[in-house]
Amino acid sequence: MRLKSTLENYLFILPAVVIFFIFYVIPFLWVFQLGFYNWDGILPTKTFVGLGNFKDIIFNDPSWWRSIRNAGFITFIALTLQNALAFLLAWACDRQIRLKNFYRLIFFIPPILSELVVGMVWGFIIRDNPQGAGLINRGLVALGLPNLVRGWLSDKSTVLTTVALIHSWKGFGWGFLIFLAGLQTIPRELYEAAKVDGANAWQSFTKITIPLMVPVVVLAAILTVLGTMQAFVLIIGLVGGEFAGHASVPVLRILASMRYSSRFGYACSQGIIFGVILIVVSFMQYRFSKKARQG
Amino acid sequence: MRRLLFKFSILFSVFCFLFSALPGCAKKEGMAKKTITVWHWMTDREPAFQELASRYEAETGIKINFELYAPSDAYSQKVRAAAQGANLPDVFGILDTKKDFASFVKAGYVLNLASYMQENNNSWKNSFFDKALAVSEFSEGNSYGVLPGIYGVPIDIMTIQMVYNKNLFKQLGLDSKKPPSTFQELIDMGKLIKSAHLVGMVSGWGEVWMIDCFANNYAFNIMGKDKVIATIKGLVPYTDPDWIKVLGLFKDMQDAGILSDGMIAMVNKTAEQLFATEKSVFAFNGSWCVNVYKGMNPDLDYGVILPPKASENFPMAIWGGAGSSFMVNAKSENKEEAVKFLRWFTNSNQQAYLSEVTNNLPANKECLNKIPEVLAQFAKSIEYATHPNVWDVSEFPTVIEALDKGIQSIIIGEKTPQQVAFEVQKIKERELAKKR
Repeated sequence: MRLKSTLENYLFILPAVVIFFIFYVIPFLWVFQLGFYNWDGILPTKTFVGLGNFKDIIFNDPSWWRSIRNAGFITFIALTLQNALAFLLAWACDRQIRLKNFYRLIFFIPPILSELVVGMVWGFIIRDNPQGAGLINRGLVALGLPNLVRGWLSDKSTVLTTVALIHSWKGFGWGFLIFLAGLQTIPRELYEAAKVDGANAWQSFTKITIPLMVPVVVLAAILTVLGTMQAFVLIIGLVGGEFAGHASVPVLRILASMRYSSRFGYACSQGIIFGVILIVVSFMQYRFSKKARQG
Repeated sequence: MRRLLFKFSILFSVFCFLFSALPGCAKKEGMAKKTITVWHWMTDREPAFQELASRYEAETGIKINFELYAPSDAYSQKVRAAAQGANLPDVFGILDTKKDFASFVKAGYVLNLASYMQENNNSWKNSFFDKALAVSEFSEGNSYGVLPGIYGVPIDIMTIQMVYNKNLFKQLGLDSKKPPSTFQELIDMGKLIKSAHLVGMVSGWGEVWMIDCFANNYAFNIMGKDKVIATIKGLVPYTDPDWIKVLGLFKDMQDAGILSDGMIAMVNKTAEQLFATEKSVFAFNGSWCVNVYKGMNPDLDYGVILPPKASENFPMAIWGGAGSSFMVNAKSENKEEAVKFLRWFTNSNQQAYLSEVTNNLPANKECLNKIPEVLAQFAKSIEYATHPNVWDVSEFPTVIEALDKGIQSIIIGEKTPQQVAFEVQKIKERELAKKR
């Protein structure tokens, strides 16, 4: 009877396990295996190179590390500016303000738009030449700041920052939703009690909201890092490619190795290294937040 | 409840089994009428292909199933994935480099068509432009280790050249019948274009391969084919003065204001829009643009020229040859029928129809007299055409990438031609050392 029950239980989860195994476990293991080979993605034969691909990436591929630095910069802007904005807007919408449901809807529109479309539309808005409307530069001129006018997407010194800001605009809606959900779990009685004790709005915010929101902030930060480090479609939409390396990010490098150089093994090794970097960063964030909560 | 779930689980498994068996059933049913499946990426030719498929079915009773997968990047990945899974269709195109094409052949996915081409005194082979066939040919002793043969059927030909807007030439006070014939003349036009607040030249140099194409044109012109090939073989360094001269041309164009602002972030579709809407004086584009421009602006008045020569030492070369080719799956049960279909598909009647409807240059040379003037201008330059796929040696992809990105850096004023040459050579030496 007990055996039958156990078999039944395994049978229930069998379809999910099979799907998970075929579509997640096998490709995952295959990527690991291919990372140790030179393979063009076509020939049935592969050449075993051991750790050669990994060694090349780590010691001989400056464009890879440049892409990591670029993604790190975009992530830094997303972690700070994007999440700060998302937190502030969520905090505002959590309070009794007029049209708050309308704002919730509006703030969630950018994340659900296609990254490619967002890239192309922003590209049109920003470009100040026959390719675009140049609204930013026109606005600067109208504000009496003509010395700030520049080719935001064609100047090597501004292209990455522009990409990072547009990425943050597109992504802040997710953070907004997460923060809003977190804020709504904080018992209102705490604020009322604080008010009775004479706490002002700033004190309530720093002594109640912030400490209770730490786990949510950590979650949002981890999701931001994972999402932003892997962004690439928006960049293609905005600048068409890596812009002489100035807008290069790891996924574009992996794509270049696989698609344009036919180095599937090398691309797999890049994917593994990238995965390890993301895991390490996420783990560090988690440890840091745990310490912060305990402290 | 538990019993119910158990039954549901069994039912689900049975459903999964039946569902997975469905494609097999479909295949058996399809046996009743022979179907040849053709994969392609050419969105602009889809209606014409469908029309020809209907005509072929009416003539022979064999159904041709054209399956379109776009964009070309996605198509290319699909073909690779299908090859790995042994699911290639009867006929397909390969969009990758000659090295990748060679891998497909070596893996046994592509049928050698040489014997079919040679039937009846080479009648099929002779109907094509030599340069159209060359991209699918592997000669004796080729460096890819492929058995000599012809492994593809060209559907059309293309050349990549410069086009200029005749109306804007008039607006600039220039003679529209005298486009620049030397690089200096092109540079001299920069000031004029700038003062008229027009855009000089546009091209999809955000998609770096077009930069590679432009650079190679001038490499052939400045140092000749032999030296370019010697560079690929590692016998001439990229730091050679001739290569630095080639790289310097990009700086000269940028300094003269010939290149459009934001050129290195421009995709070719945008470049085509700018030229078709008469915002730029020049464009560097392939012969496929005739159809694109016609769709965007039917009244556009433009001419076709070779990139203006930078040197008198060697003739200018342009990339060209087969625009697209179809390969026959060597493992297909329908390969004989597929070859018959391609023979029909590339005869002069079908080629003339395709050219007329899609404004692409026919691969069959017998129909050249039936094509529009601007297309004929593109076709005339086929004698100057070359392509990395016909060189028998190929450059390391990492070197090509470094060269293309380096040129982007020159255009944005980040690096000098000398710096780029040095960096490219460093990567070349690293790759050569690895190969050794």
